[in-house]
Amino acid sequence: MAIFDDELRDLRERVLKLGFMVENAIRDSVKALVERDSELAKEVIKNDHLVNALDVKIDEECVRLIALRQPMARDLRFITTTMKITTDLERMGDMAVNIAERAIELNAEPQLKPFVNIPKMAEISQAMVRDALDAFVTGCSRLPYEVIKRDDEVDDLTVKNFEELLGLMIQDPKIIHLAIKRTYIAKYLERIADHATNIAEMIIYMCKGKLIRHTEI
Amino acid sequence: MVENQNIFEIKDFSIYYGDFMAVKNITLNIESQNITAIIGPSGCGKSTLLRSLNRMNDLIVTSRVEGQVFFQGVDIYDKDTDVIELRRRVGMVFQKPNPFPSSVYENVAYGPKLRGIKKKSPLDGIVENALVRADLWKEVKDNLNESGLSLSGGQMQRLCIARSLAQEPEVLLFDEPTSALDPISTANIENLLQELQKTVTIIIVTHNMQQAARISNYTAFMYLGELVEFGDTNSIFVNPQNKLTEEYITGRFG
Repeated sequence: MAIFDDELRDLRERVLKLGFMVENAIRDSVKALVERDSELAKEVIKNDHLVNALDVKIDEECVRLIALRQPMARDLRFITTTMKITTDLERMGDMAVNIAERAIELNAEPQLKPFVNIPKMAEISQAMVRDALDAFVTGCSRLPYEVIKRDDEVDDLTVKNFEELLGLMIQDPKIIHLAIKRTYIAKYLERIADHATNIAEMIIYMCKGKLIRHTEI
Repeated sequence: MVENQNIFEIKDFSIYYGDFMAVKNITLNIESQNITAIIGPSGCGKSTLLRSLNRMNDLIVTSRVEGQVFFQGVDIYDKDTDVIELRRRVGMVFQKPNPFPSSVYENVAYGPKLRGIKKKSPLDGIVENALVRADLWKEVKDNLNESGLSLSGGQMQRLCIARSLAQEPEVLLFDEPTSALDPISTANIENLLQELQKTVTIIIVTHNMQQAARISNYTAFMYLGELVEFGDTNSIFVNPQNKLTEEYITGRFG
């Protein structure tokens, strides 16, 4: 049993490592945009294969543990949760790559206006990811519920950002290509917050054995 | 579809061996036409509880019971109970296959003969039917006169099941029925139990938690003579409510 406990601890540490890498990718992709640092954006794109590799490794380890250990109860819920949230984390990494790609494109052109909404969205989304992973480690608390609630803030900012940019596009159609890319970036961040929400929902499942997604909490 | 009834209602039931209380004040309902698994560490009282359901414990001189066990609404520990008839209606299959040292045919025909069925043609029918239901007919139909002891372990266990089925029981009790069998024979027995469940209520004691998870509809977890948790098998293995149950089924016990 002690060996199985070690294996579960290793698995948990790998998930945290993946989370850490993805958090950094999100932070750096937005930093590359706001500070017009295309080298940093390229770095984010280049490092994504590490996220992908760790995602595959975690999945393989989960399948191995299911086959060889035949986990039950909380162990089973922990491993199924790990498999699902790893997919969410990997997708977040892809979103960070998308942000970095748009950053490189936008950095090559004059800046439309200073960024206000997007850094705010990035900050909230990152905090959601961090708190969701904290909840994964610390177990059952209010934390995952708080994460789910904050998704609304990101959704509201997405709409606000779009409306502001729409106003600018109507005033000056020449900036449409820039404004649309900013809209995309907001959408990527909104998706990141959605994935963080998925993770929080799975943490609640892991703790309580109850699937709460697609329900009102 | 008719709602399943409780075929057994166990109420405030305790079993003693001398001064030792092996089963402590258990209340539990067993639904008919289901498989109910009883799990728990060695010495938790699960086999004792199982054996009490057709009064096999009567054979142990020092044992006595308190409380009630209703089978089809009638208390089987009532002094008027016909124990022989009870054991016909509630059959039992043990850990080690134990065919009689006689032919396959005689093994299965033994019970019906005792019940007074002596003529060949009805007996042949009963034997064939029981062997078909036990999924053994195809393998033995040409060798019905061979010794039951010449069969493989898995076949012998199915012969014992056929022997019980010939008595047309309403319930079959299984005490670790596959622990002496290889994985393929085990899978055969497990498939058989799931088939039989449609017509016979099955209660199985098993140390193999995966087996309980695979085949049962309900699972009872016992510890130190007490019923710790009872529920539908999915809930017990995915999200048990009791910490002891969780520790036991995740292998972190003690």
